[in-house]
Amino acid sequence: MAVLNEEQEMLRDMARDWATNESPVAEFRKVRAAGEPQAYNTEAYATMAEMGWAGVIIPEAHGGSDFGFMSAGLVVEELGKTLTASPLVATTIAASAIILGGSDEQKAKWLPKLASGETVATLAVDEGAHHDPSAIEASVSGGKLSGKKAFVHEAHGADLFVVAARDGLYLVEKGDDVTLTTRKLTDQRSHADVAFDGAAAEKLEGGGDTLLDDVLDRARVLAAAEMLGMAQQVFDTTLDYLKQRVQFNQVLATFQSLQHRMADLFADLAQMRSAVEAGLQAVDGGFGVARAATIAKAEANRVLHVISNQGIQLHGGIGMTDEYDIGFYLKRARVLEASWGSTSYLKDRFAKLSSY
Amino acid sequence: MATQLEPDIHADEEAFRTEVQQFLAANFPAELKGKANALAGVDGPTDETPAQTRWREAVGGRGWGTPTWPKEYGGGGLTKAQAKIVEQEFAKVGAYNPIGGMGVMMFGPTLLEYGSEKQKQEHIPPICRGEIRWCQGYSEPNAGSDLANLQTFAEDKGDHYIVNGQKTWTSGGQWADKCFAIVRTDKSDKHRGISFMLIDMDAPGVEVRPITMISGTSPFCETFFSDVKVPKENLVGEEGQGWTIGKRLLQHERTNISGGGRLASMMGRSLGEIAKRYGKTDADGELADKVLRDKIADFEIRWNSFLLTARRAVEESKAQGGVSEISSVLKKLGTKLSQERSELLIEIRGLQGLGWEGDEFTDGELEAVRGWLFGKATTIYGGSTEIQNNIIAKRVLGMLDHQ
Repeated sequence: MAVLNEEQEMLRDMARDWATNESPVAEFRKVRAAGEPQAYNTEAYATMAEMGWAGVIIPEAHGGSDFGFMSAGLVVEELGKTLTASPLVATTIAASAIILGGSDEQKAKWLPKLASGETVATLAVDEGAHHDPSAIEASVSGGKLSGKKAFVHEAHGADLFVVAARDGLYLVEKGDDVTLTTRKLTDQRSHADVAFDGAAAEKLEGGGDTLLDDVLDRARVLAAAEMLGMAQQVFDTTLDYLKQRVQFNQVLATFQSLQHRMADLFADLAQMRSAVEAGLQAVDGGFGVARAATIAKAEANRVLHVISNQGIQLHGGIGMTDEYDIGFYLKRARVLEASWGSTSYLKDRFAKLSSY
Repeated sequence: MATQLEPDIHADEEAFRTEVQQFLAANFPAELKGKANALAGVDGPTDETPAQTRWREAVGGRGWGTPTWPKEYGGGGLTKAQAKIVEQEFAKVGAYNPIGGMGVMMFGPTLLEYGSEKQKQEHIPPICRGEIRWCQGYSEPNAGSDLANLQTFAEDKGDHYIVNGQKTWTSGGQWADKCFAIVRTDKSDKHRGISFMLIDMDAPGVEVRPITMISGTSPFCETFFSDVKVPKENLVGEEGQGWTIGKRLLQHERTNISGGGRLASMMGRSLGEIAKRYGKTDADGELADKVLRDKIADFEIRWNSFLLTARRAVEESKAQGGVSEISSVLKKLGTKLSQERSELLIEIRGLQGLGWEGDEFTDGELEAVRGWLFGKATTIYGGSTEIQNNIIAKRVLGMLDHQ
């Protein structure tokens, strides 16, 4: 765990207490049982926003606390531990796009609403099942955006879309020209294909040529933070289980093959945490962001993949049951692994950034 | 997150920096610029050029080679900030620290903690001056990972012991003046029957035979003790305390294996850059061999997260005022990754990367081959990877608590 300042420790502790007491996995089960495509509890999100979590990266002048990405990551990590379903990450990513590329008017109009939780926003970039920001067909003509976006996170709750078109990022409000087709994925969260049919769009003019990449890097580190919380939780739960489960008159934890596997996972988790925290800190520091975010998400993908699989294996049969929570982490893990860059995409990007 | 600014540099630190600069100007022989300390490792004889001797004596005289060790025993007596200044100023002019070896890395810190006043007075100053080379008498043919199974026996003869037995993997034994050894003083208790003692390598009955390794070098020896007389004043701590002292020393060893600058400098060069020189590139300037390119990126991402972990371990330890629990993973990760890198380097170079000798190979290519082979030892010595896993499972994860 990175060395935190006092504000960050308070924020982390607050998020941990709330997630543990008010938003355990049982709450996610309720959301799943309700079966609404929006797939989160609006009251819970309102509470999160009241606690200031939707405005962690938003400047104070626009109603946020300006604590930065490391702080936002701490909250997201804690929520990831209990699989809290909310549009917090999606809204934070969208806010970062407006902060980086928005005009003063756009910032003044949207950021306070995003910080207060009044408006939910999300980023829509990819047009297929694979992350590929180089293959964008959506286009804008005369202030009207047309195109199709695939598997948009938290689309059902979103009032505002930050949409990648061929010539840049645009703000599009939900309306008659925006049609959602629900795409139900294994994680039981909100995903939809979104068709924009000549929807009124306002360009984010600032941020320069790298705006889309910069926003995607922020999406990567926040996704990685959620994945870190999930990996930590699966590891801790699995370790507890191994210390309790008795077979052959021995607790499983005393078997050396399992000890060594857990030692390997512990080392993997240490690497993942280092990479994710460094990615978040790089965004705050503004230096080497592309590289750090690529490493953060690549390591998050690698380690969560292994830990989510081993979590099932080490729990044995009970890990296969819907009644037990561990399977939810596996199903959410793969969705996040594929979002904003699969491992192969990120390795290619790392090699490009390293000039080979 | 708020960036912490460097604290103002105090005037006395600035004065100290000037003192170091003046010392370097007066004492560092220009011909040694950019050279490494030939004696820092364990795999070379004690032949010095006159310039090397002058430089060692100059630094040793100040105690700056062991900058934070107490002045009364010949150390520099410097604060950490001052030690940093010495390191920075040496680096600026390309000067190496001529004081090194096992005495500095492992034995000295342990003796400072457990030795008697008389032992510290006798043994620490020569280490600070780089005059005495130490070797480690730990492993035995039947006591490798199960180190406490050691059988070398020291029989109590009143004012001295008579030592009989065999040690192995004695690093630099053929060049060492003295040996810090763990030996058995009580056959009835596996751990509490072990004592830590100091043995002169030129004492009658000590015989050293170098072992040729797969890399073609002989940095390790077998060491035989036949009725070797060891005075009782050479016992460190109490009789039976050797396992505790010996383990403490291993912590220093692991720190050096995993976090050492050697590893970091070895890893500095991008493998992708090297691969571009040995292989084809496509129209975009990318490696044409996409499978190899993927392997390199995969490795370098994990290597980066390891470096970040090593840094985090240091930061956490500083903030907590104790050793961070993730320090326990550094040895196993660092050694595994450095082995992986050596393997990749060979794959990148093809058969040109497997040269044993000959002018057709560059020095770098030949060194990489020897390093690849010797590097296989790093996951075995200093507590093998399997032993590290046992330690992590037991001490960090508490997997034996519920037995």
